[in-house]
Formats: sequence, C-alpha cells, structure tokens
Amino acid sequence: MKPTVGVVVFPGSNCDRDANYSFDYLGAGTRFIWHLETDLEGIDIIVLPGGFAYGDYLRTGAMAAYSPVMNSVKEFAASGKPVIGICNGFQVLCEAGLLPGALRRNSGLKFRCMPVKIRVETLDSPFTMGGMWPGQVLNVPIAHFDGSYYADDETLEELIASRRIAFRYCDAGGELTDEANPNGSRQHIAGVLNEQRNVLGMMPHPERAVDPAVGGTDGRLILASILYSLQPAES
Amino acid sequence: MTRFAAQINVMPRAEISDPQGQTVERTLPSIGFAGISGVRVGKRITLIVDAADEESARSIVASASEKILANPVIEDYELELTPL
Repeated sequence: MKPTVGVVVFPGSNCDRDANYSFDYLGAGTRFIWHLETDLEGIDIIVLPGGFAYGDYLRTGAMAAYSPVMNSVKEFAASGKPVIGICNGFQVLCEAGLLPGALRRNSGLKFRCMPVKIRVETLDSPFTMGGMWPGQVLNVPIAHFDGSYYADDETLEELIASRRIAFRYCDAGGELTDEANPNGSRQHIAGVLNEQRNVLGMMPHPERAVDPAVGGTDGRLILASILYSLQPAES
Repeated sequence: MTRFAAQINVMPRAEISDPQGQTVERTLPSIGFAGISGVRVGKRITLIVDAADEESARSIVASASEKILANPVIEDYELELTPL
C-alpha cells in the first residue's frame, strides 16, 4: 500500500514543501491541504509543518489551532491515524489540546538554528517503531525561537510514567547535559506523544534531514517509520 | 445592550520562570537603576464588547481569555471591565 501524506498549509507555514519533498523522496503519495479545507478523505498521515502560522500572532500556534482544518485533524487523530507536528506544528498541536504542555520562548532568548542530537526514548509509537533502538542518538536540526517545552510537574510525571516522551535533547554520547538542551525544555523534551501514541509533536525538523545533499539522513528514520507503521503485517 | 471596554492582562504564571523578565532585570542595574527586582513581562489586550449587562460581558471575555487570549498552561490573566 502506498500511503498518502497530507501536509497542512497554514498562512505562514514555510516547511510544508520540505515535508512534502521528504515524503515524496521516501516514496509516499503527498497532498497539500489548505487550512480552510476540512475533507481529509484518502489521507493516511497528517503533517503539521514548521513555519509561522498566522504570523505567530498572540502566541505561536494559537490562531492556527482554531483554523477549520483542525477540527478534521482532531477527528483524524481520534480515529487512531498518525499525526506529526514539526516545530510550529508541535506548537499548534499543544494549543489545540491534542498534546499536553506548551512551547515557551527559548530560555536563552535566542532563535536557535543548528544541528542537535536527540535520543530515542520509546519505540512504542508509529514514529519510532521502525529501524531505531531505544537510546539511539539522532542528528536532526532545530530552527526555533519558541521551543522550550513546559508542562507542570504532574503532567511531566504522567508523561514519564506512560513513556510518552518520544525524544530528548542529549549530547553525542546520549547524556542529558545542560549544554545539550538548546532551549531550556523541561526534562530535555524534544518530542512528546499523546495518550493514544498516534500524535507526535517535536521541535527538531526530521524533514530537513532526509536528503544527503542537504545534510544528514537521520530524519528519514522517523518519517519512514510512520510509513512502515501503516503496512499490514506479512503473513 | 451595553458597551464595555475590556482590558485583559496576561502574565506568565507565577511558578514559571520568565526569561524576558530576568533579562530586563539583569540589564537595569547596568544603566543605573538600582534596587529593582521581580521583573516579569506579560502583555495587555484591550477590546470592546457589547453585551446585555456587565455579568454577561465578563463571562464572554473570560471565556475568550481562557480559550485563546491566554494559554492557561503557562499564563494567568486578569480582567477589567469599564462601561463605555
């Protein structure tokens, strides 16, 4: 089965084409979905891409969370199909209540655009089940001003207990050092899952680490894992 | 219908560190302002609302504040209404 990836486009999205290119590169079908569309028929995976939806006015993701497509995305997520929000997409998912917590201004008050290392924390999700091992360190770039993950203590305990932290910022050896945390995220969180484990939000950009021509291919593991997760088991 | 001016003051929640406030606080002494602490940076939203009475105006603005104007995960808000 060749899955079809729907890449949502908000006014101000700017990583939509990269996301589209990446899934096309990996052999999936792709379709752009304008934020006013509500019909997700035939879509197997939803991507909320990076960028500055609605100019990041009020708060990052705040306005996009209420755009017409998001009601359909909520239904899509409730049906168990995979949804990945990358960077601004992660912010939108938090604002829409599809993921717990919020993304705050980076602790250093700087826009950070750089390669970082993230550690795979769980294999129990469509995004991490194919071709990774727990503790594996991936090289994936970040590019954000508001990526400092915040959730209260109770929520963090719940995320840890239910193994819903998907990725943590780490150093090259996989250690969670302060220096390796680029934005002051609590618990070094780079990506989290919803309770049903089919919605992932992550600040790093896997779609910028797919084509070796533009630096690194570790992002492929995450995107290809989603495609792999949709394949029926061989009998 | 009565018209009200609403002012919504949105602040980072008390238990959450505020890097903007901290940076402003660190800068103040270097430009000659001594004795200042506890700097926090928030935002103020003003709007006009038409409603049957003050109670319903307050309810509308409070609901909007909780739903979108502030993010209760990281922000608190205070609301002031003035009849116009």
